Amino acid sequence: MEKNNLKAWLYLLPAILFLGIFMVYPLIDVFVYSFEEGYNSASQTFFGIGTYNYSYVLRDPYFLQALKNTFILVIITVPLSTGIALLISLGLSSIKKVREWYQTIFFLPYVTNTLAVGLVFMILFKKTPYSDGLMNLLLSLFGVSPIDFMDGPYWAKMVVLCFYTVWVVMPFKILILTSALASVNEDYYKAAKVDGTSAFRTFRRITLPMISPMLFYLIITGFIGAFKAYSDAVALFGTNLNAAEMNTIVGYIYDMLYGNSGGYPSYASAAAIILFVIVLTITCINLLLSKKYVHY
Amino acid sequence: MKILLENVTKIFPGRGKGAKEVRAVDNFNFEIPDGKLIGLLGPSGCGKSTTLNLLSGLLQPTEGKIFFGEDEVTNLPAEHRGVGLVFQNYALYPHLTVLQNITFPLENLKGDAKLTKEERVKRATEAAKLVQIENLMDRKPGELSGGQQQRVAIARALVKMTKVLLLDEPLSNLDARLRLQTREEIRRIQKETGITTIFVTHDQEEAMSISDMIVVMKDGLVHQIGKPQEVYDNPTNLFVAKFLGTPPINVFAGKIEDGALYVGEDKLFDVSVDVKPGDVYVGIRPEGFVLQADGPLHCSLSRVEVMGRDMSVVAGHPAFLDASIRAIIASENLAEISGDAVNFDVKPGKVLVFDKETEERILI
Amino acid sequence: MKSLTDYEKIGRSKKRRQAAGKTVTYVLLSIWALIVLFPFYWMILCSVKSYSAYNSEYIPKFFTLSPTFQNYVDAFTAVPLAKYFANTIIFTLATTAIMLVVIVLAAFAFARLEFKGKNLLFTLFLALMMIPNELVIITNFVTITNWDMRNTFMGLILPSVTSVFYIYLLKENFEQVPEELYKAAKVDGTSDLKYLCKVLLPICKPTVTTITILKVIECWNSYVWPRLITDDENYFLVSNGIQEIRENGFGRENIPAMMAAVVVISVPLIILFLIFHKKIMEGVSRGGTKG
Repeated sequence: MEKNNLKAWLYLLPAILFLGIFMVYPLIDVFVYSFEEGYNSASQTFFGIGTYNYSYVLRDPYFLQALKNTFILVIITVPLSTGIALLISLGLSSIKKVREWYQTIFFLPYVTNTLAVGLVFMILFKKTPYSDGLMNLLLSLFGVSPIDFMDGPYWAKMVVLCFYTVWVVMPFKILILTSALASVNEDYYKAAKVDGTSAFRTFRRITLPMISPMLFYLIITGFIGAFKAYSDAVALFGTNLNAAEMNTIVGYIYDMLYGNSGGYPSYASAAAIILFVIVLTITCINLLLSKKYVHY
Repeated sequence: MKILLENVTKIFPGRGKGAKEVRAVDNFNFEIPDGKLIGLLGPSGCGKSTTLNLLSGLLQPTEGKIFFGEDEVTNLPAEHRGVGLVFQNYALYPHLTVLQNITFPLENLKGDAKLTKEERVKRATEAAKLVQIENLMDRKPGELSGGQQQRVAIARALVKMTKVLLLDEPLSNLDARLRLQTREEIRRIQKETGITTIFVTHDQEEAMSISDMIVVMKDGLVHQIGKPQEVYDNPTNLFVAKFLGTPPINVFAGKIEDGALYVGEDKLFDVSVDVKPGDVYVGIRPEGFVLQADGPLHCSLSRVEVMGRDMSVVAGHPAFLDASIRAIIASENLAEISGDAVNFDVKPGKVLVFDKETEERILI
Repeated sequence: MKSLTDYEKIGRSKKRRQAAGKTVTYVLLSIWALIVLFPFYWMILCSVKSYSAYNSEYIPKFFTLSPTFQNYVDAFTAVPLAKYFANTIIFTLATTAIMLVVIVLAAFAFARLEFKGKNLLFTLFLALMMIPNELVIITNFVTITNWDMRNTFMGLILPSVTSVFYIYLLKENFEQVPEELYKAAKVDGTSDLKYLCKVLLPICKPTVTTITILKVIECWNSYVWPRLITDDENYFLVSNGIQEIRENGFGRENIPAMMAAVVVISVPLIILFLIFHKKIMEGVSRGGTKG
């Protein structure tokens, strides 16, 4: 028994070691950092303990900008992507021919490098002296005058960011919803059909409740993911996100750590903890709501 | 309501490249009388579920016509047919209570037929009373036993003033004891409501015990239609004879020669001279054997299984086509059996003769 | 009672509505397919347009009659794309390999071995699943900096060689293998390690494959940590490389060459996906998250 005990710990040693150094210790450390005032990363000294870091971050216009951007991004992309994904999944599950083709195509963005494909989106939307860009060409068909999406007004940049974010998160949502829909027993639909239930009512009273656990799972992970948005924005607007007014909370954390305004792990830690609290709160609200609406 | 199928055929396209199309239902012609309980009986893959789906309107036939009463409903969608369908796994909505499940079909009614909430609950309660589940109305399906779920499903199918009730393998998800109880229950409900009821089953005992009429099917073809006892006593072919009855009929290789019926070398009895001589299959029902010391059928004795009132004599015979013969005989005759051989006489009415080539019944 | 013709009408109008619905569905799906595929088409198209042709098109053309591969040559010669590529392959393979060893051992211990505090430890592991990466990355950055591991492969690899989620996934899978097999192996005197390699892993190969593929995708696309930990171009991964190319790439804004680099970077994963698309999609629906 003793021997067995020892062996088990031996098997677990690498995992515990790595998790200890790179997850547990940092977790404690980040709180410590966030309360150490005036930390200097070169000399590793600080001169006080308190909540100054938090108040600094909360008053930093860059952070407030990042907070605003992140919230707008979350509020737009989570419902939009979930809604479109649901629509597409419903479409997918109602067809038989070439369904697998569609599914494979729709999943493609999942395996692409966010940074790389972001560049393609950038040139699609970019307006340069040489060309208005493809998107403006498309819009001109509807009589819209050219918009500078990449360097122009705030809302235009936000539109591009939201559009790209939706494009990136769609595959996962479509995949999950399609398999959720496929797992609903065919007999329920047959029963509803024999009873003359209209398509809309079937969807609202049968399909939706049946897939509601998966739907809530997607909404929760969608919120968490959207709050952590960063690389999509970098892909589109470059690393200097503050200049583009397109920074996100995570972007702010990294910038504080290293980058154009870097070298302040205390501020970064405070911002990370603020983000964590926000995400935790939203997730708890989501879970409470799901308890109320998900019936089984 | 009377139901009529006229030359109904359903062909499914083959799956995959070069696959052959499947004739799930091949040229069905039969009439289901009003207010009866009908069992569609056959081994799996015989087309019975397809037939049920054609009747419900979930599928449309490739050819042929279906009439409900005087109206042709061939292309009428399911929701306009007024049929109630009970699924094998009941398909109760797990997120709705029993009451909500039963009222669900009523909420779909539109226009003149639209019901108020009170009316819906009233109708649902009546349906629930009929199947005796009125005390379970607030439960969710997950909290019910299999038998209770079955009743809820029936109530849901009946609640919209159904004209035809269709049941797909209604008993297959229940354990043996509940099965007996539930089939009585289905019979009672059908009798009480007088609704034309059609159920699908692969279990011949189930079909025989409660149906007014059975339809025996195989490979998309109807083999025989009739009252259960009639079909049992007078099967039209070997398949039907083998499919009905437990223990199953004993089939021997035999021949008709010189105006007599032979099983192997044993001459069973004389037949009318009109019957064409030739090789035949001879089927003898288990209850068709009579112990008789000088009986014409000479069998080797394997063992005797006593089952209370009856006993089952397990024996062998050179011309027998299966593993072992089973004869059901009253237990009091036990003393007459000894040694390793046993001789039987047969009851002529329990002996069925089939053509060796066509497997069709030959009347003797 | 309705007449025969009425019944026929109801049937026909329903069929018509169904056909219309089908058409709308296909149109909708095709639109989304177009939105998904178009950026890929555009990046390939731009990558074969010559620099001058691209810049002279005020209205971008949807095709090109004179494709050139000069941009691909530029992408490999003017910027160290090959270097980024090699770095990413090394990083991906090393991280995935080390991670597999670590998680297989841990999952085995949780699934088959008995020791004190097992349940408590497993609960702690599960609790770690909820910790977002953003929270720990700050200290990790400091740690790696203190260990003088910036701009080294060790620094890139070490923090991402464990995944609590994959340990959990694998442990569940190991536990589905009947315990009798383990007991039989014990009776036969098979060592734990041999049992793990010869019995457990072959049986659980589908899950291991899934985890491998997911990890490879994750590594290939990772950006944040490499960006923090490397500022020497010799250690850039493709994501950082492409960002570098974009910001100070070809000396001038050479979009066709940039697109060529993007194509080169995207191709490996897309090929991997086309080969294993069933496995990958199945794996992601079981255990992936993104978005």
